[in-house]
Amino acid sequence: MSAKLNALYSDSYVDISQYRDQHFKGNRYDQEKLLKGSNTLYVGNLSFYTTEEQVYELFSKAGDVKRIVIGLDKVKKTACGFCFVEYYSRGDSEHAMRFVNGTRLDDRIIRTDWDAGFKEGRQYGRGKSGGQVRDEYRQDYDPARGGYGKIASQQRVPDVRSSF
Amino acid sequence: MSRRRHSDGDDGGQAHKRRRTSEPIEIEDRLESLICRVGEKSTSSLESNLEGLAGVLEADLPNYKNKILRILCAVARLLPEKLSVYTTLVGLLNARNYNFGGEFVEAMIRQLKETLKNNFYNEAVYLVRFLSDLVNCHVIAAPSMVAMFENFISVTQEEDVPQVRSDWFVYVVLSSLPWVGKELYEKKDVEMDRLLSQIEGYLKRRAKTHVSMLQVWTAEKPHPQEEYLDCLWAQIQKLKKDRWQERHILRPYIAFDSVLCEALQHNLPPFTPPGHMPDAQYPMPSVVFRMFDYTDAPEGPVMPGSHSVERFVIEENLHCIIKSHWKERKTCAAQLLSYPGKNKIPLNYHIVEVIFGQLFQLPVPPHIDVMYTTLLIELCKLQPGSLPQVLAQATEMLYMRLDTMNTACIDRLLNWFAHHLSNFQFRWSWEDWADCLTVDLDRPKPKFVKEVLEKCMRLSYHQRIVDIVPASFSVLIPAEPLFYYKYLEESNPSAAALPGYQMANTISNAIKNRASNEEIMTILKDVPNPNQEDDDDEGESFNPLKIEVFLQTLLHLAAKSFSHSFSALAKFHDVLKALTECDEGKLHILRVIYEVWRNHPEMTSVLVDKMVRTQIVDCAAVANWLFSPDMAHEFTRFYVWEILHSTIRKMNKHVQKIQKELEEAKDKLEKQQHKRRDSTHSTHSGDDEDMEKNSEDEEGQLEEQIDKLQEKVESAQSEQKNLFLVIFQRFIMMLTEHLVRCETASVDINTPWYKNCIERLEQIFLMHHVTIQQYMGTLENLLFTAELDPHILAVYQQFCALQL
Repeated sequence: MSAKLNALYSDSYVDISQYRDQHFKGNRYDQEKLLKGSNTLYVGNLSFYTTEEQVYELFSKAGDVKRIVIGLDKVKKTACGFCFVEYYSRGDSEHAMRFVNGTRLDDRIIRTDWDAGFKEGRQYGRGKSGGQVRDEYRQDYDPARGGYGKIASQQRVPDVRSSF
Repeated sequence: MSRRRHSDGDDGGQAHKRRRTSEPIEIEDRLESLICRVGEKSTSSLESNLEGLAGVLEADLPNYKNKILRILCAVARLLPEKLSVYTTLVGLLNARNYNFGGEFVEAMIRQLKETLKNNFYNEAVYLVRFLSDLVNCHVIAAPSMVAMFENFISVTQEEDVPQVRSDWFVYVVLSSLPWVGKELYEKKDVEMDRLLSQIEGYLKRRAKTHVSMLQVWTAEKPHPQEEYLDCLWAQIQKLKKDRWQERHILRPYIAFDSVLCEALQHNLPPFTPPGHMPDAQYPMPSVVFRMFDYTDAPEGPVMPGSHSVERFVIEENLHCIIKSHWKERKTCAAQLLSYPGKNKIPLNYHIVEVIFGQLFQLPVPPHIDVMYTTLLIELCKLQPGSLPQVLAQATEMLYMRLDTMNTACIDRLLNWFAHHLSNFQFRWSWEDWADCLTVDLDRPKPKFVKEVLEKCMRLSYHQRIVDIVPASFSVLIPAEPLFYYKYLEESNPSAAALPGYQMANTISNAIKNRASNEEIMTILKDVPNPNQEDDDDEGESFNPLKIEVFLQTLLHLAAKSFSHSFSALAKFHDVLKALTECDEGKLHILRVIYEVWRNHPEMTSVLVDKMVRTQIVDCAAVANWLFSPDMAHEFTRFYVWEILHSTIRKMNKHVQKIQKELEEAKDKLEKQQHKRRDSTHSTHSGDDEDMEKNSEDEEGQLEEQIDKLQEKVESAQSEQKNLFLVIFQRFIMMLTEHLVRCETASVDINTPWYKNCIERLEQIFLMHHVTIQQYMGTLENLLFTAELDPHILAVYQQFCALQL
């Protein structure tokens, strides 16, 4: 009877972003199809000290969480500031995109984005030093993410005792 | 009139993505956009925008009439907060094109019939309200509107229909009167008086058993929690006394009066309300949530009184804005804060009241709880100088009134508060609440603070909580969420004396050495059974010691994180299944989880969840465990109810899933049968014979599959019914025991424990009312009989009243 008005059904928080995983096995179309039907979210800007329990508690507010995979530094095998959250239902993961994305966990604004699905190996950071790529190039000091970015910390003059 | 350019200035500061195309968009999309956007912030006046848009649409009518009709019908249904903007637009179009006006009215009537047929009662209200405002725009003749209202009110004379049905028709009429009461009274005062007196008679005789179950507070002070129809009636009566002078509603059509009064009006066709169908789902009754009055907003505009019609209109509009935009929090916050007429009302107070009203709504909030948290944060961002203060004031008020607040609402309040605090570095003036330390710790206020701190800890860590509260609050700080391993001498000095001590070490080493399920079972064979007197070789009968030794050790090794524990449960699934074949085994495994993780409710919840999902324990076992004497001291803890409701939800989802599979299989069979029937009409050949045999085989397989699924559905439903029976039985037992004990000792029954327990029983009904309604017959025959204590039976009766 009446039109389904596109203008009124905006749900922009659920739209897929511009990010595409460069390591994805398949073409752009396949990846986008998976993203649009995915129940898995990538969560970024976590503190290195944020625990699986904290992530569970927060993301459970959007629905029943099926599993969480904490992102690890490839070398140190310690948390490196991201994780994957998988829900049992797409509807619940959409709620997370609408209401958890952009809010705080451990005092940090976290960011969620659709993920094509967890596969073994994707829990590791892809930066040269073992952590996330963003932490390679970061210039600022972030105590919850290992201090200075990797490259920036190497460039800093080490604290040499002055010799007289 | 030139096409309006939508610049960023028009967005009201919205930063989220919006489709921005520079290539020409389809004319239909453009029409949609123009119509949907009219009335929003603009550099031109609303009147000039409406005038312009009316001109554009009139010009497009020859080619796009149907599309325009559909869009206008849709905005009438979906954008009720802009009601009078669109009725004015329709009025202008009707003045320019009488036929179009008539077609629109017909289309609206068709849409009204559709929405009623499909049980979309809330949207039907907006449609009727739209039609009534069209009287003000000279599109519809007042007498025909009165006739429609008379037909609606005649439903109150129907017999043997649910009260919620006649309630709805009364509501529809009353809630349209703020818009059109004046006009209808001017034209047809005798008929309107008769209508109102019929309504009054109906309201006097209708039952109000349902009210107490839906009230957020049990106290009448400071604000009575009124039944929604009673409140609306009082508001309309006051409006009538004020001679229908209503000054709050935005009425753009007044500016066009000279044009509109020249227009010819249409008569609504006679509208017979559709008859009552057994599967009709009328809206549930509600209670109006009020927490503020004019004394609460210290400066600025005064808050309209609780029985003023302005209050009704403001709340309606704010509810509609949330309904339209809840998925996009920035838009929703911006729309709420740009409410037209906001300078004459304490808007922040109205917004906070409406949001909390929705969050605390019984039986359930209209939207997911977390949406409200995020919306409030967004509002704080947009109004950092004023809204946080109102929110803090509201929180303080809610804390002060905890003693009489419904337990389910307290749950939602503490969840909201802890989550909110976690976004603001947990900053709060805890000392203001020092009064909670002066009373018994099981009273609502200290209990609330304790549960809030526990929730805050889940979102952070133990030391953080110690740091944020004053030292005097240490008694309310949750325990450190550590594992308790009874076979470890550091935690338990008498560990070595425990019967399973040696075995625990053996198991521990075996697991560390990657023993298989079979190897573990072999080792466990040597564990003596404290329950068995003779050595009967029944194999894996219930042996509590085996369970304790194995599970305590396993969970201890896996205590590091949730993932570690989940892996452990998955790896040794076979052992766990074998140990818990009988009901006692299932119960004991839950006891062991609690024993080791009693200081970490979150871990307990997720482990119980995993065990249900992997079918190591069933839902009924969880219910029996939570109600068991072992857990009596935890009975009023929030996490216990989180676990129970999560378990019920899992059961419900399971039933739904199998039902869906059955439906899909049935559909597939039907399609297959159609295909075969179609193909038998074709000419006979050797190939066709083979194909026919194949499809017969397929159908046979499908039929077998359907039979199996049917069995599965019946078995799942039986399990579901049993779960509710167990839960209700346990409640009845506990409550009866308490009531009898109090009676014999001549003590008041209303202890904090009793309030908690009876409200938890109500909560089961309210949260799962859709499922429970299927089993009403059994519940009434087996459990909620006339012999039951009236206090307990009252809960059941109130629940029944929600749909009668």
